[in-house]
Amino acid sequence: MSFTTHDPVPAPHGEPGHDAHAHDDHGHHHTPGFAERWLFSTNHKDIGTLYLTFAVTTGVVGSLLSMLMRWELMTPGMQVFHSGQQWNAVVTSHGLIMIFFMVMPALIGGFGNWFIPLMIGAPDMAFPRMNNLAFWFLPPAFIFATLGLVIGAGSGVGWTIYPPLTNMTYQPGVAMDFTLFSLHLAGVSSILGAINFITTILNMRAPGMTLHKMPLFVWAQLVTAFLLVLALPVLAGGVTMEITDRNFGTAFFEPAGGGDPVLFQHLFWFFGHPEVYIMILPAFGIISHVVSTFSKKPVFGYLGMVYAMIAIGVVGFVVWAHHMFISGISVDSRAYFMAATLVIAVPTGIKIFSWIATMWGGAIEFDTPMLWAIGFIFLFTVGGVTGVILANASVDQILHNTYYIIAHFHYVLSLGAVFAIFAGFYYWIGKMTGHPYPEFWGKVHFWLTFIGVNLTFFPMHFLGLAGMPRRYPDYPDAFWGWNFVASIGAFISGAGVLVFFYVVYKTFTSKQHLPANYWGEGATTLEWHVPSPPPAHTFTEELPRFN
Amino acid sequence: MLALLAPAAAYAQNVDLPPGSVIVQPKPWQWWVQPSHSPVEHDIVWLNLYLMAWLLIVLLLVAGLLVYVMWRFDAKRHPVPTKTTHNPVIEVLWTLTPILFLIAMSIPSFRLVFYEDRTHDPYMTVKVTGHQWYWEYTYPGENGLDYTSYLIPENKLKPGQPRLLAADHPLVLPINKDIRILIASGDVLHAFFIPSLGVQRYAVPGQLIETWVRVDHTGLFYGECNQICGTNHDSMPIDVVGLPLDQYNAWVKKTQAAVSVMASPVPGSPAPAVRLADAVTTTSTTR
Repeated sequence: MSFTTHDPVPAPHGEPGHDAHAHDDHGHHHTPGFAERWLFSTNHKDIGTLYLTFAVTTGVVGSLLSMLMRWELMTPGMQVFHSGQQWNAVVTSHGLIMIFFMVMPALIGGFGNWFIPLMIGAPDMAFPRMNNLAFWFLPPAFIFATLGLVIGAGSGVGWTIYPPLTNMTYQPGVAMDFTLFSLHLAGVSSILGAINFITTILNMRAPGMTLHKMPLFVWAQLVTAFLLVLALPVLAGGVTMEITDRNFGTAFFEPAGGGDPVLFQHLFWFFGHPEVYIMILPAFGIISHVVSTFSKKPVFGYLGMVYAMIAIGVVGFVVWAHHMFISGISVDSRAYFMAATLVIAVPTGIKIFSWIATMWGGAIEFDTPMLWAIGFIFLFTVGGVTGVILANASVDQILHNTYYIIAHFHYVLSLGAVFAIFAGFYYWIGKMTGHPYPEFWGKVHFWLTFIGVNLTFFPMHFLGLAGMPRRYPDYPDAFWGWNFVASIGAFISGAGVLVFFYVVYKTFTSKQHLPANYWGEGATTLEWHVPSPPPAHTFTEELPRFN
Repeated sequence: MLALLAPAAAYAQNVDLPPGSVIVQPKPWQWWVQPSHSPVEHDIVWLNLYLMAWLLIVLLLVAGLLVYVMWRFDAKRHPVPTKTTHNPVIEVLWTLTPILFLIAMSIPSFRLVFYEDRTHDPYMTVKVTGHQWYWEYTYPGENGLDYTSYLIPENKLKPGQPRLLAADHPLVLPINKDIRILIASGDVLHAFFIPSLGVQRYAVPGQLIETWVRVDHTGLFYGECNQICGTNHDSMPIDVVGLPLDQYNAWVKKTQAAVSVMASPVPGSPAPAVRLADAVTTTSTTR
C-alpha cells in the first residue's frame, strides 16, 4: 500500500472560528497541566499510555497472585493458604485481573488507542472524551475486584462466577457483590471503547484507504470491537441477574424459586467464548505486523487473513456450549457444538500458515519482537491443537475441569496473547517513547519467559490426563512431581518479569533518539511515517492520500 | 501407570475386595491417563490417541516449516526478500486439507458422543447427590439404601489409603453390568468425576443428570469432585468399588442393616471455618 502527501487534503476543523490555513495545533498554544493531560485527556496517545500503564500495574498484581498459587501447589498439603475459600478467592481474582485488567486493556485500550488513528491517518478517535471515560471506568473496576479479594472471606467462585455458589447463602458478605459490580464497570469500559473504535475505523480513514487497504492490526481491532459490543451486554445481563438473586430475592438461577443454574452458564459462555477471541484477535493483528516487518515482506494472503478473522469472530458466537459439555445439555446439543467448534480450526489454521508463508522468501531479522512473534506462532498452535482435542465432547468428558484445560488456555493466553503483547511492546515502544529498548536484555526477557512458561504449562497436560482437577489448593500426593516442575517454571517467568522492568527502565532513561522508521524497509504502515515519539497531535493539517 | 494389584482380602475402606482386584489411582510423574476400566473409557483413550496422531502431524508440520524458514530465509543467508503475497494453489490446499483432517477426526468422535450419552437397558440405577462436602449414594432398587461418603481425614488414614482420595464409604457397583447413574445436588454445583471409568457430569441442584458406567474389573477406582463448590472442594473424593454380582448382593444386604440408623444430613449449609481434614468423620451421621 503506498500513499503520498503531494496532494494534501486539509484536515477538517471541528471548531468554528478557525479557517483552513495551516497553523499548528488549532488553539492549543499552551502545554496542558498534569491533571488536564492525564485525568481529562482527549488524546488517543495519552489514553493509550494510561491503558498500558494500568495493564502493567495490574499484570504485576495478577502475576503475584499466580506466584502465590504456584508456591502453594509446589508441594502437597496446605502451606500458604489457610483455607480453601481463601484459595478460591485468589483463583478468582487471578483470572478476572489477568483477563479484564491486563490482557484487554493492553491489547485493545493500549495498543488499539495508540495505533488505530496513526495507522488510518486520523487525528484522533471519533469520540475523544468518551475515550477518556472508557479508560477511567477501569481503575474503580480494578479496585472493586481487589475488594472482592480482600473483604471478608473474598469471592471464592472462580472467574466463571457460576451460581449457586455465587448466591448469598454460599458467599455471604459484600465481597461477591464487589466482584460482580467490578465486572459491570469493566464491561461498560469495553463497550464504550468498542463503540469508539467502530465509529473511528468506519468513518475516519484517510482518503484512499478503503477497507481492503486497511492494515491487519486495524482489521483485527474492528472485528474485536464488534465482538465486544455484542457479547458484553449478555455478560452484564447475567451479572445483574446474579446481583438481584443475591440481594433482591429474584430466582433466576435458584431452583427453589423456579430458576436454573445452567441458564447462567449459557449466558456467561455466550459472552465468554467471544471473549477469548476478543483477547486473541488483536494479538493476531500485532503478529501480522511484526512478522511482515521482520521478514521485509507484505503479509501473505491479506484477504484470506481478513476473512479468517471475520469468520473466527462470527463462528465464535455459536460455539459457547463447548464449555458446558458436562452440564447436562442434550447429546444432540453436544454434537452440534462440537461440530461448530471444530469449524473454527480452519480459519485459524489459515492464519498460522499465512504467517509462515509471509516469512517464506523473506529476509528475516531476529530482533526481539520477531522472537516473540515466532514463539507465538508455534506455541499458539500447541494451544490450538489441544483446543481441537477439547472440542471433541467425547474426550472432553474426562478432560473438562482438569489441568488439561488449564494447560490449553494458558498456552493460548500466556504463551499466545501475552507473547503478542510483548511483541507489540518491543515493536512499538521506540515509537511511543522515542527511545530504543536494550536488545540484549530484551532477548534475555524473551528466553527467560519462554523457558519459564513452557516449564509451567506443558506438564499441566500430564496432570490433566492423569485426572488432576483444577481449582484445588491441595492434591493427592501422586500429582506432586509435575506440580513441582510447574512451580519452578513459574518462578523463572517471575524472574523474566523483573528483567522486563529493567528493560522498561533502560528504555525510558536511554539517551538515544530514534527516527520515524527505526525498523527499516519492512515497516510500511503509517505510524512509521510520523516522528518517534509522535507529536501530541498528528494528521491535524494534512491527511495522507492512499493510492 | 499400571494399576496396583491388590493382595488377597484387600481392604478398600469398609469393603472387602476379592483377589485379583485392581486399585486405580494416579501415580507419581504420570504423563498419561489412568488405566481404563469401562468401555466408555477405553474408547475415550483410543480416540484421544487417534486425535493426537492427526494433530501431531499438524504440529510437526508447523514446527518443521518454522525451523526451515528461520534457517533458510535468515537475512544473512537470504538478504533480498521476494514480494510473493499470493499462491492460490497453496491457499486452497491449506483450507481443504484441514477440513479433510477434521472430517477424519470427527467420524469416530461423533459415534462416541452418542455411545457415551446413556445406556438403553441398564441393569440398575444409582443416584449420586453432591453436597458440601461429601457425596451421598442412593440405591433406589435396593429398598432406598442411602448413605454418605466422606473424605477420610489424614490422621485417620490406614497404610495404603491415599491422602485426599480415600473416602469412608465407597459407591459399590456390580461389575460387567450397565448401570444408569443419576446425579443430583443438595446445594451448589459439584461434578461426579472418575477418570478411569470415563465418567464425568455436573451435579446441578434442581436437576437430575443422567449418565452411565459399566465397570469391567473388580477393584477400587478413585475420582474427585470436579466443579468448584466452596472451601473444601478438594476434599470430597469419590471411591467406586466394583464387585462380582454375588458379592455385590451380599454387600447390599450387609449395608442395608448397617445404615438403617443414619439420618439424612442437612443440605446447603454454608462453609465451615475449618478444613474437613480436621473434622471427625463417623459412619453414623447425626446433624
